[in-house]
Amino acid sequence: MANKPPPFWQREKYTPYILLLPAILTLVFVVLLPLLFSLYTSFTGYRLIRPESLYQWVGLRNYERIFSDGDFWSAFGRTIIFLTIALNVEFLLGLGIALLINKITWGQRTLRTIMMFPMMFSPILVGYQFKFVFNDNIGILNNALQSLGLSDGAIPWLVDKYLANFAIIFAEVWMSTSVFAILLLAGLFAMPRDPLEAAKVDGCTPWQVFRHITLPFLMPFVFIAMTIRSLDVARAYDIVDVMTGGGPAGRTELLWTLIARTGYDNARMGQANAMAYVSIILSIAFTYYFFTKLIAARKYMGGAA
Amino acid sequence: MAEITLKDVVKRYGKVEVVHGINLDIAHNEFVVLVGPSGCGKSTTLRMIAGLEDISDGTISIGPEVVNDLPPRKRNISMVFQNYALYPHMSVRENLGFGLKIAKQDAATIKRRVDEAADILGLDALMDRTPAELSGGQRQRVAMGRAIVRHPEAFLFDEPLSNLDAKLRVQMRTEIKKLHQKVKTTVVYVTHDQVEAMTLADRIVVMKDGHIEQVGTPMDVFNHPVNTFVASFIGSPPMNLLPATVQNGTVVFSDGKSVPVPARLKDRVREGQEVIFGLRPDDLTPVGHGIAEAGDSARVALDIILSEPLGTETILYTTIAGQEAQGKMFGPRNVLPGETLEFDLAMDKAHIFDAESGKTVRLD
Ligand SMILES: Nc1ncnc2c1ncn2[C@@H]1O[C@H](COP(=O)(O)OP(=O)(O)O)[C@@H](O)[C@H]1O
Ligand SMILES: [Mg+2]
Repeated sequence: MANKPPPFWQREKYTPYILLLPAILTLVFVVLLPLLFSLYTSFTGYRLIRPESLYQWVGLRNYERIFSDGDFWSAFGRTIIFLTIALNVEFLLGLGIALLINKITWGQRTLRTIMMFPMMFSPILVGYQFKFVFNDNIGILNNALQSLGLSDGAIPWLVDKYLANFAIIFAEVWMSTSVFAILLLAGLFAMPRDPLEAAKVDGCTPWQVFRHITLPFLMPFVFIAMTIRSLDVARAYDIVDVMTGGGPAGRTELLWTLIARTGYDNARMGQANAMAYVSIILSIAFTYYFFTKLIAARKYMGGAA
Repeated sequence: MAEITLKDVVKRYGKVEVVHGINLDIAHNEFVVLVGPSGCGKSTTLRMIAGLEDISDGTISIGPEVVNDLPPRKRNISMVFQNYALYPHMSVRENLGFGLKIAKQDAATIKRRVDEAADILGLDALMDRTPAELSGGQRQRVAMGRAIVRHPEAFLFDEPLSNLDAKLRVQMRTEIKKLHQKVKTTVVYVTHDQVEAMTLADRIVVMKDGHIEQVGTPMDVFNHPVNTFVASFIGSPPMNLLPATVQNGTVVFSDGKSVPVPARLKDRVREGQEVIFGLRPDDLTPVGHGIAEAGDSARVALDIILSEPLGTETILYTTIAGQEAQGKMFGPRNVLPGETLEFDLAMDKAHIFDAESGKTVRLD
């Protein structure tokens, strides 16, 4: 009996790789190649309308240009401020809603479902909705304020630098607060009751119970929500584009509205891709930050959360 | 000084009343154990004392003060929970010191008191671990440490040992008793385990269905149960309870066999009264194998169904009047099923309860 070794694809050592092959191929073609391609184009003068420019290697010039571009840094900074404000407001509102819903005993399911309604609309539609709410001539907000006699002129909600940013953040918060509310409510449901009672007996006021027991327990859930939402908000595009288009005069420009304008309206795809890479690094930085926080918070819980 | 007084305390959940107007006076530094079967309202009572449940009716005072409307934090009590209820995100040291920190004690005091508690409970080596890194017994100890650091007016324990394995339970039971001797404080301790109640208590409160059945020292409750419930609940193996009728100065069982009415209870029973005759297994012993020579005793021959040797004694299963009964053989020899033995019934230890009310006929 000659013990001929089996062909390599039948050898045990290779089996896992062969089984993983479809997934690996899919990832390579769908994710990795486009990523590498866009990375490559960020080093070229690629313009959408001139395909041959794809081979025009410009080295780091795109990056040099965006890093010395005031508009880019404005959009970058505005994105970070936008993200910081939106996440904190959503966290506080979501926490409040979760605590309230956790308290009520009647109609809880219904409220939980109602709470999720904003998440069910397409962001574009939310954008349109708020565009009409905040419109200075025909918007219901100005209309209401004037009817109630709270303001006599038309407030330029979507034109004024601060008001326009406020309006966009408002829309974003309206749409996504429920992400926090849902996750924090799940956390509250999972929370053991005993430590709360122990804390009461140990001398805590209701606020101290919340501060020292409930909140630390919820932090892992908060950081999960923060991670999800930071990825979401860092690529915010639709609401802004619909409500203000990044204007007026770039006052509400965020990274992705700027990238879209550069890539599609100005057809400078190479430069747009360079910005997109910076934006991705920003997202990774946020994700990494929140994940570190999450792991630290979970370690506290001793694996309980 | 903290005596605890419960006056006509009622607890209702919605329309359902689960504690029916109980009265109890707990003395300063007394160790009182609430014992009773599961669901009888022990935890509810304890939680009302702690302030974790509203008092539906009646009053509870700790010291001179009625505490009905005080939140738990103002009652100056500590509680040890069945599931330990440690703060999962804090180290052992932080768990112990938390109450003091909330009470705004200075760091030096906190450290001194925490170290003192850790020393009493042998927690020194565990101070920097989190609860997840501790065993059940260690968590239990931390929970007790957290209770003692605050030097409260009273300790409340809710089945603190029921999540531990048998061996650890016995060990921790002893530690709790030692702890009480070291840290003299009023203790209210809830358990469904009558052995724990007997071993720990200065006074036992036997509860059933939201009522207090009997209050007394362990020996009192053991030797003079006021009714059949207490008689069967306290003591292991439980007291034999045999239905019978009083006729001509004898207790006649349903199969016609009879024993004389114990001399000390002669004028407590009526002719023709339906009674329950109660006798502890320790008082139903084969001739020559009793604890002490019985003074007032009766003899019956009984068939052995089963024997359980425990070493120093053997539990014997037999039937009296068609009902299973247990006896004990001290200084045991081998007993075979089917064997017939002559038994001494220690009549001076026997109990007689009225069959209708279940109450003892001995009224004093
Ligand atoms: N939150 C509650 N709502 C309604 N009934 C309750 C509640 N807590 C306890 N009960 C009822 O009260 C009775 C006494 O409970 P409890 O004090 O926990 O008994 P235990 O003696 O076992 O500690 C039980 O019948 C239980 O079902
Ligand atoms: Mg209980």
